[in-house]
Order: sequence, then structure tokens, then C-alpha cells
Amino acid sequence: MLLALLALGLLAAALLLPAAMDAVRARRAGSRRTGARVPRERLSVRDPGRERRAEQRARELLRSCLNGEEWAMYRELGFIRVAGRTIVRGAGEGGRAADSDRAATGVGDESPAPAGAADGPHRAGEPGEPPTDEHSYAYLVYPHKPIVAYEPATRRLLSEYCVEFPDLSDAVTGARLPDSDDVLAKWMALTGDEQRLLRDANMHLPGRQLDPGRVRRDLWRLEEWERRRRRSAEAPRG
Amino acid sequence: MKPGYGEVLLTEGDPRLAEDEERLVAAFRRELDAGMWAAVPTKDAASGRRQGLMVHDYSEIPPEAERVIFFPRAAGG
Repeated sequence: MLLALLALGLLAAALLLPAAMDAVRARRAGSRRTGARVPRERLSVRDPGRERRAEQRARELLRSCLNGEEWAMYRELGFIRVAGRTIVRGAGEGGRAADSDRAATGVGDESPAPAGAADGPHRAGEPGEPPTDEHSYAYLVYPHKPIVAYEPATRRLLSEYCVEFPDLSDAVTGARLPDSDDVLAKWMALTGDEQRLLRDANMHLPGRQLDPGRVRRDLWRLEEWERRRRRSAEAPRG
Repeated sequence: MKPGYGEVLLTEGDPRLAEDEERLVAAFRRELDAGMWAAVPTKDAASGRRQGLMVHDYSEIPPEAERVIFFPRAAGG
């Protein structure tokens, strides 16, 4: 009797052993998968104040680089205007055709002035100089939005230059410059090497990313802002 | 200017001192090799207007420059 029970026990153990080993394997594999779902590097806590502090530093840096009028413009309107500096070849059909070619390709010869900017005898702006009616074109620079080229004399929108300054060393996180740093980068590139920036940008007709109505409203706001500044500068003190 | 962080001080020194200049040149090259653009904020002596000056070599930095700003190179957005 005892021998029979022992044989039965051994038989049961032999039958249960594979199932028990499968269960153990499955549990180990499960714990490994769970571990993979939450990588150690993603457990780091995000600092919610980091971006705010970065923007504060960026604003200080921007303020220290811009002209006083440009800084006031950015602070009060949220964008800055930069005069176009490329000398546009003379008026006439020849110049206009060449500019149309550039408008189509976005690249070309040594003067990638905005499309449509060769309709008259214009002069280029001096570095950082506010554009006047004599200038053929100027740019509106927004943070993290395309640069808009326009004619100050007519308020006609010429083109949009889509450009960004991506962090190539850390493409995974997709971090981008603080708003004010983005504006500063555009300002330095436009005033320092306008042609190079325009060559690297994607040029589109107005309205591709920015609502033309909104841009025209901004141009109107800019005119009003300048009028107010002129009036307050001319007002007698005392 | 570093995405996600803003302004980060890389190095500083007096370029008139050989040891400092060596460090400044090394930092400048390192940033350009990493694909950054370098610019110096300048001020026109006559008009007082400010503008950026893009520099591609350490020797192009104006002697009176107080700082060089590095930022990621532009790409079509």
C-alpha cells in the first residue's frame, strides 16, 4: 500500500513539474517586461520652473542685445521689426523677373531679397535702422513663428520664411529655444547674415503658416504704437 | 543659447592673457564643430545702432567684443 502511494506521488510530481517550471518562467518574463515599460531615465522628475527661468534669462539677454526701440516693441507688441538689408537690383522687368525666379526657388544669386521686393528704386536699410518708406522691405520677427517679409510703404506681405533653430544634439526630447532666444537668434542672423538665413529657411507665400489678417493687424498695431511713441516724444514736458 | 535651458555660460576669460585665450579658442572651436552658429552683438560707434555680427572663425571676433553667443544653426521649419 505504502509503495503504491509513493509511486503515485512520484507520478504526480513528474506530471506537475513542467507546468510549475512554465509558471516560474512566465512570472520572470513578466517582471522583465514590467521593468522595460518604465525605463529608469524616464523616472526623472520634470522641473516645471525650468522653462520659466530659461525664458527670464533669455529676455535679459535679448534686452541687452536689441536696440531700445526694438526691445520696447517686443515687450509691448510681442514681435520685432527688422529692416531688410539686401540691396535690391533696380526697378524694371529684368529685376522683377529675377526676383520671381528667386521666389520660386528660395535660393539663387547673391541677393535673395523677398519675392516682389523689386518693384521700385529702393535702398537697403542700415544695420538695425528702422525701415522707412524708402526701404524696399522689412521683416516681422515672431517667437517660434515664420519670419514675415513685407513692404513698409504699402504694407503688402511678400513672403514667409519658415526657420527654426533645432537642438541637433538632443533631437529625442525635441527641446526648443525659449521664445526670447528664438527671437534673438533670428535677429542676429538677420542683421548679421541675412542672405544665409534666408537660404536656410523654407520660403512660402504669405498665409502658409501665419494668418495674413493677423499679420496685417500686427502691422496696424505697429503703426499705432510708433505714432504713440512719436507723440509722447514730441509732447512738451513739464 | 541652449534649447530647453536658455543662456548657459560656456567659459569666460581675458583674451589678452595667453592661457585664457587658449581656453576661449578651444571653446569657440568646440561649439562650431558641434554645428552651432556664433554671433557677436555689436554697436555702431557712429550711429549707436546695434546689430549682430556672425563670426566663423575666432580671429573674426572684434577685439572689443564682450561676449560671443552660440546658438543652433538655422534649418527650414
